[in-house]
Amino acid sequence: MKVIIPSSLRSYTERGETEARGATLAALLVDLERQYPGIRFRMVDEQDRIRRHIRIFVNGEQARELAQPLAAKDEVIIVQALSGG
Amino acid sequence: MARKTGKATARKGRTGSRTLVLVATRKGAWLYHGDASRKSWRADGPHFLGHNVSHLVLDPRDGKTLLAAAKTGHLGPTIFRSTDFGKSWKEAARPPAFAKAADGKEGRSVDHTFWLAPGRAQDRDVWYAGTSPQGLFRSTDGGVAWEPYSIINDDPQFREWMGTVQDGTPDGPKLHSIIVDPRDGRHLYIAMSGGGVHESTDSGRSWKTLIKGLDVVEGFGFDPAKPSFHDPHCMRLSPTNPDRLYQQNHCGIYRLDRPSDTWARVGKSMPKEIGDIGFPLVVHPRDPDTVWVFPMDGTQVWPRTSPGGKPAAYVTRNGGKTWQRLDAGLPRSQAWWTVKRQCMAADARDPVALYVGHGGGELWIGRDEGRRWSCIARHLPEIYAVETAELS
Repeated sequence: MKVIIPSSLRSYTERGETEARGATLAALLVDLERQYPGIRFRMVDEQDRIRRHIRIFVNGEQARELAQPLAAKDEVIIVQALSGG
Repeated sequence: MARKTGKATARKGRTGSRTLVLVATRKGAWLYHGDASRKSWRADGPHFLGHNVSHLVLDPRDGKTLLAAAKTGHLGPTIFRSTDFGKSWKEAARPPAFAKAADGKEGRSVDHTFWLAPGRAQDRDVWYAGTSPQGLFRSTDGGVAWEPYSIINDDPQFREWMGTVQDGTPDGPKLHSIIVDPRDGRHLYIAMSGGGVHESTDSGRSWKTLIKGLDVVEGFGFDPAKPSFHDPHCMRLSPTNPDRLYQQNHCGIYRLDRPSDTWARVGKSMPKEIGDIGFPLVVHPRDPDTVWVFPMDGTQVWPRTSPGGKPAAYVTRNGGKTWQRLDAGLPRSQAWWTVKRQCMAADARDPVALYVGHGGGELWIGRDEGRRWSCIARHLPEIYAVETAELS
């Protein structure tokens, strides 16, 4: 499925859009990590919590749990939260 | 442990040696390459513009591997590694991270790696890292993969001493001042802000608290025997006498000569109007009796700025019996510097030069062991750490 990458993570992907697979958000992030080593830990901490300033939207709705199911045609958008003024 | 002195050798002025000053800031990192006489400096940076870089260290064992502890405001923490003086950087495959908590338990996550310490000369590729919240990590492959190290991170007693985020420095409690005894790699010292000083002689499997003789903040009935009430700011081992430690902490400047386990407050001989509060402390590379500090105002609400707006280093040349002010060339008034615990370093040349960075983004050199100061760089972001290395 299509994944939109924020500018702060494009040092890993070298582009703003990529493809990844997974039946859940957790699996999708594992696939991203496989393709772009290091990228997952910048977004998700060692306790599997989405980091404070990272937001992930699936088809326009914010995903709050890594267990959220995904379908092949979903669109995932990763953004850095608007914080800091 | 037998006393050893004076084995290190100095690199004289113009022998081809070059000093590299490594500057970590709130918004990136810079390398300053000095010429042979340390008079002109070439700036190389920014590296990681926009990243909070807590520490940038060159591996003294191979003279070419750089490690940088970095994070951004939005992304998680990591370690970057370079083997070509920053022309290219590669991220650690496994940055420091706490163990995953069991189901139903609240686990900790590393906010940032604060302190990087290379292992002994003969333990090539061994590095230690201290983090915020407080944790100790180790790499045995030159900083590529990091693992939690020793019992500290999950030990209930240590966790109690570490306290919560409210018990540390304003930007998070920190494990720092990781020292490896050059004679025995199993012999470690660490300091925790807060949480005191601790020593291990068995590679971190067990620890002994080293807080005897240290004062605690007066007037609140704090028990000095409790590590939670101790806030070491910076602890250093003499490079030429590994039985001598110095410490700048929240309540003064202290010295410890092993095997004694009782610290002596050598800061009491500082001028009363200056006091002995501060953050960084530097030991002379060849003389265990010579130490520099950079005092900060620790009165009332703890401004943590140069006392009276007049920055100065102070040096002792007799192990803390007496101190002399070193401010020639520094601003004479209205200079409210904050100099953090990692922000003063010495090079290994003869004569030694000191390097100081402050919160207002200036890097200064104190030539001739701090007797003559001049500014190397202005307009940098807030400086978090200054280190030096000698390049042949």
